[in-house]
Amino acid sequence: MTEMARGMVIIGAGECGGRAALTLRDLGYDGPVTLVGDEPHLPYERPPLSKEAMASDAPEIKAIASDAVLAERSIRHIHSVQAAAIDRAAHSVRLSDGSVLPYDKLLLATGATPRKLSMPGLGARCVYLRTFADALAIRGHLRAGSRIAVIGGGFIGLELAAASRRLGAAVTVIEAQPRILMRGVPAEIAEIVHDAHIAEGVDIVCGQGIASIADDGRQVRVTLAGGREVSADLAIIGIGAVPVTGLAADAGLMIDNGIAVDAELCSSDPDIFAAGDCCSFPLAVYGGRRVRLEAWRNAQEQGALAAKNMLDAGEAHAAVPWFWSDQYGLSLQIAGLSDEGKNTVRRDLDDGAFILFHLAEDGTLVAASGIGPGNAVARDIRLAEMLIGKRAKPAPEALGSQAVKLKSLLAA
Amino acid sequence: MSDWVEACATDDIDEEDVMRFDHGGRTFAIYRSPDDEYFATDGLCTHEKVHLADGLVMDDIIECPKHNGRFNYKTGAARGAPVCVNLKTYPVKVDAGKVLVQVG
Repeated sequence: MTEMARGMVIIGAGECGGRAALTLRDLGYDGPVTLVGDEPHLPYERPPLSKEAMASDAPEIKAIASDAVLAERSIRHIHSVQAAAIDRAAHSVRLSDGSVLPYDKLLLATGATPRKLSMPGLGARCVYLRTFADALAIRGHLRAGSRIAVIGGGFIGLELAAASRRLGAAVTVIEAQPRILMRGVPAEIAEIVHDAHIAEGVDIVCGQGIASIADDGRQVRVTLAGGREVSADLAIIGIGAVPVTGLAADAGLMIDNGIAVDAELCSSDPDIFAAGDCCSFPLAVYGGRRVRLEAWRNAQEQGALAAKNMLDAGEAHAAVPWFWSDQYGLSLQIAGLSDEGKNTVRRDLDDGAFILFHLAEDGTLVAASGIGPGNAVARDIRLAEMLIGKRAKPAPEALGSQAVKLKSLLAA
Repeated sequence: MSDWVEACATDDIDEEDVMRFDHGGRTFAIYRSPDDEYFATDGLCTHEKVHLADGLVMDDIIECPKHNGRFNYKTGAARGAPVCVNLKTYPVKVDAGKVLVQVG
């Protein structure tokens, strides 16, 4: 590096931004690396917030890197501060505390924020989960006898429903769609999750919108379209997330369901990259279909890839989407995008676990969705992910037969 | 340091695969490489203590079934996110069709 190096600035100190900073050092970059986050914490893992953190009486963050590691690697972490504006001409970012950070390359890893329920009547007892502070606030209400209304039957809502039940709360899940997990999860698998919640005593109401909400600060009354009223001590709203794009949009960067980046995660400005939940990108494995993923591993992979490409590696994103969820003793894993499939082949595994393989019309394996106790589906989903990445066309009968090892199909 | 214990028979593990072995309140993972060599590491991922024996072995790598933490099972070295702490490894020898691990 020259002495004039302005260095690398990363806006967003979550999984993606944290991984990017560490990767820059792994790759030998020795200029300044500055990580800016609006939370007071070290970069931390978000998946536990709806799972393990709720099981603990005193939740703690699971940091990606300690202060000592950041110091040892000369990564400057500026916390509790927001990025206010990007001056692309001057190659600098102004922060909410008035300071200005010059950059050679900038990475926007600003993530996503919960989609807000747009209706009158919401108050202090209507909450969202995104940050550790949100998790602490929710955890404070979860106890035996408390009444929790979960609005939205997606993963966050259902994981929190499971956690709430574990702690003895009475839980009602309200989903406007005809079934839970409508987005990206096959009905057969959603049904297993649904049944598990019912068996654990969760009340699930599907196919009903919300007519009104009344939150007096002590309790929430949710009135459903059909007239039923659900009273709760807390309403947790989990109806999806929207990418955080304001900073990028104000700077004139192209936005398309997130900060639009190319296969190398570069935005419409060659010195500004974006990665993780905040960006949409062309997914090579599906012919460049533009997607935005809200997934933990994607945040890791794209953080690392952005770091490489900030150092001019010119490497294209080639990963297959992968996602998991844990509820009660069940683990669900999905590789690929199941909506790319036309035909489905089922493989039954031991202990009631099974995998659905989704095939395109021409026989290409495009996705695999599995559910079972513990880690029953993990190995096969991982192998399926590799087959998807190879654009393999495995014989349906081989996919459907437990006697055929998926690993053997990789060699084909 | 001489406490060799029998973990399994050599043919209990498929080539390029892993199995779980519990001993003395501890969990180990025993590996058979594509070259028919045997290795042993601690059995739990250093990220969130998930059983590695449920994971996938590819080449020299064991991948955790939960969050894809990767380790070189011959050296125990962590190979990137989300893990950063290496696995402990243990000496292994094969005797009369049995895989023995020095667990001490």
